[in-house]
Amino acid sequence: MYRYIVNRVLLVIPTLVGAAALVFVLMRLIPGDICVVRLGSGGASVDPRTVALCHAELGFDRPLILQFLDFVWGFLRLDFGVSMWSGKPVAEEIAARLPISLEIAVVATVVAILIAIPLGTISALKQNSWIDHVVRTAAIAGIATPSFWLGIVSILVVLDISNAVFGAPWMPPIDYVPFWQDPLRNLSMVILPALTVGYRYSAVTMRMTRSAMLEVLREDYIRTARAKGLVERLIINRHALKNALLPVVTLIGIEFAFLIGGLVVTEQVFNVNAVGRLFVLAVQNQDYTLTQAIVMLTVAIFVLANLAVDLLYAWLDPRIRFG
Amino acid sequence: MVDIAPRYAPAAVDDVAERPRSWRAGVIGFCRRQPLGTVGLAVVLVMAVAGLSAEWIAPYSPTSNDFAAMTEPPSWAHLMGTDQFGRDLFSRIVFGARTALIVGFSCAIIGGVTGLVLGVASAYFGGRIDLVLQRVLDVVMAFPLIIMALAVIAIFGSGVFNVIVAITIPLIPRCARVVRSSALAIREMPYIDAARACGFGHTRIILRHMVPNVLAPFLIMLTAFVGQAILAEASLSYLGLGVQEPTAAWGLMLQGGAEEYASTAPWIAVFPGIAIALTVFGFSLFGDALRDAIDPRLRDR
Repeated sequence: MYRYIVNRVLLVIPTLVGAAALVFVLMRLIPGDICVVRLGSGGASVDPRTVALCHAELGFDRPLILQFLDFVWGFLRLDFGVSMWSGKPVAEEIAARLPISLEIAVVATVVAILIAIPLGTISALKQNSWIDHVVRTAAIAGIATPSFWLGIVSILVVLDISNAVFGAPWMPPIDYVPFWQDPLRNLSMVILPALTVGYRYSAVTMRMTRSAMLEVLREDYIRTARAKGLVERLIINRHALKNALLPVVTLIGIEFAFLIGGLVVTEQVFNVNAVGRLFVLAVQNQDYTLTQAIVMLTVAIFVLANLAVDLLYAWLDPRIRFG
Repeated sequence: MVDIAPRYAPAAVDDVAERPRSWRAGVIGFCRRQPLGTVGLAVVLVMAVAGLSAEWIAPYSPTSNDFAAMTEPPSWAHLMGTDQFGRDLFSRIVFGARTALIVGFSCAIIGGVTGLVLGVASAYFGGRIDLVLQRVLDVVMAFPLIIMALAVIAIFGSGVFNVIVAITIPLIPRCARVVRSSALAIREMPYIDAARACGFGHTRIILRHMVPNVLAPFLIMLTAFVGQAILAEASLSYLGLGVQEPTAAWGLMLQGGAEEYASTAPWIAVFPGIAIALTVFGFSLFGDALRDAIDPRLRDR
């Protein structure tokens, strides 16, 4: 067990270093120069000497390998440096926007779990019934519908309904208020993006719940439980669901990590100023430090979610840690 | 309570007796056993026909402006209405099917085949090659699709070809991983040892003996990839990073005007979205049914 954990944790390192190298190289391959963008914002031609000064200030005149080592070393100390565009610390820029992104992701996850697990279970229990067909079709539709389009349509519907009911169109607030200051205002901003992202999320989770449940229901121990006359409710809750949820938990973890990366589009639709928006701006402005930090953040979340899932598996299933 | 009787019915025996022999009988059998999959197949075929013969189906040119007929609601002259530049939405959606299918199939096939070769090779050679290759794939996989695409397009510029590259790269590790796990089991089969004993080269063993045996999960994944690639293309085009105006692409149709005119001309936003959802829906239904039909363990589910 100990050996397995050490091996698995060590495997995280090459992935993180690889991702760091990838984003470092990609950013420098993108044509453009932040100094030219920053200095020549009026469209005026820029003096090459000013650009050179700016380059020196940002450290671009140093060898690439040193720049890279600086970046990795900073990352190790959790010091992400200063945004090349705004001059503010990167950690501050991200911290100001992260709560919104995280809140949308968490609410979407909660919505997805609350919808997916009961429906997936029912769908498996009533296999090939009309309920099963409706649930499965709704799930495939959830995977097929682009979340940004769902966002556009939901804004449209909310506008029309509020116009008809209150006589004036209502739009979700644009500025972020923390939950503990004004829960209603906070939720009214977060709920629509969370629902549109959550639909796809719950669809994926529901399909996994259904197929895992179907697999478990064929196991011998379920037949034994039935044979000894155990109440069906207990069989499902205590014996079947508990085992079927293992792959579902995995999926929820991995999808959560994907979700953070996928929020870019949703934030665009709802005009939410969160991490996704910040990332698009950072790439457009050629802001190396900020882009690298955001990419490393999403990669780290993804890698850690995967690590947590694998360790959880090893803990639950002895065949893995001894295999 | 729960009806458990049908699950223990001897379905497998019937299956063998009914197993269709000819190609045509196979299709008929598939349609009868997988009604939802047939619906999916029908949607896919309709989209394919629309994409292939867009010039003959579309009543207008997808790029011609008619400033006398801007943001017109659906009518007999314009089946789905017109957009803010007076372009016929139905024609643009029909031509958009072509863009979606080109991107969808290219990404799925290029990404899938690359992933197939890498996955099988990784499993076949094992050891250090496997370890290194898996780490490289981990890195690509950990990069969120949209971020990878943003970078590729920022470097190489937008355009259909670059969009295909951007979407294909993240698909490769996903395919390689699934293929590798099936190939690991096949590597232990006696016939692989036999092939090795015959002195066949690595390329021959991989291509002739291993690849054909992982084709079933591979083909299922391919249909899922087409749908995913179409969705990714729509998202990228919506963000302004994908296909560029004036090419007709569904995601692009949802950008800009669709939101601006959402309350006064909702058809601009509604129809392209339905086109995307319906196409991906079709591919997913078909892929699911294909999996159920190919995988014998799932036959009686």
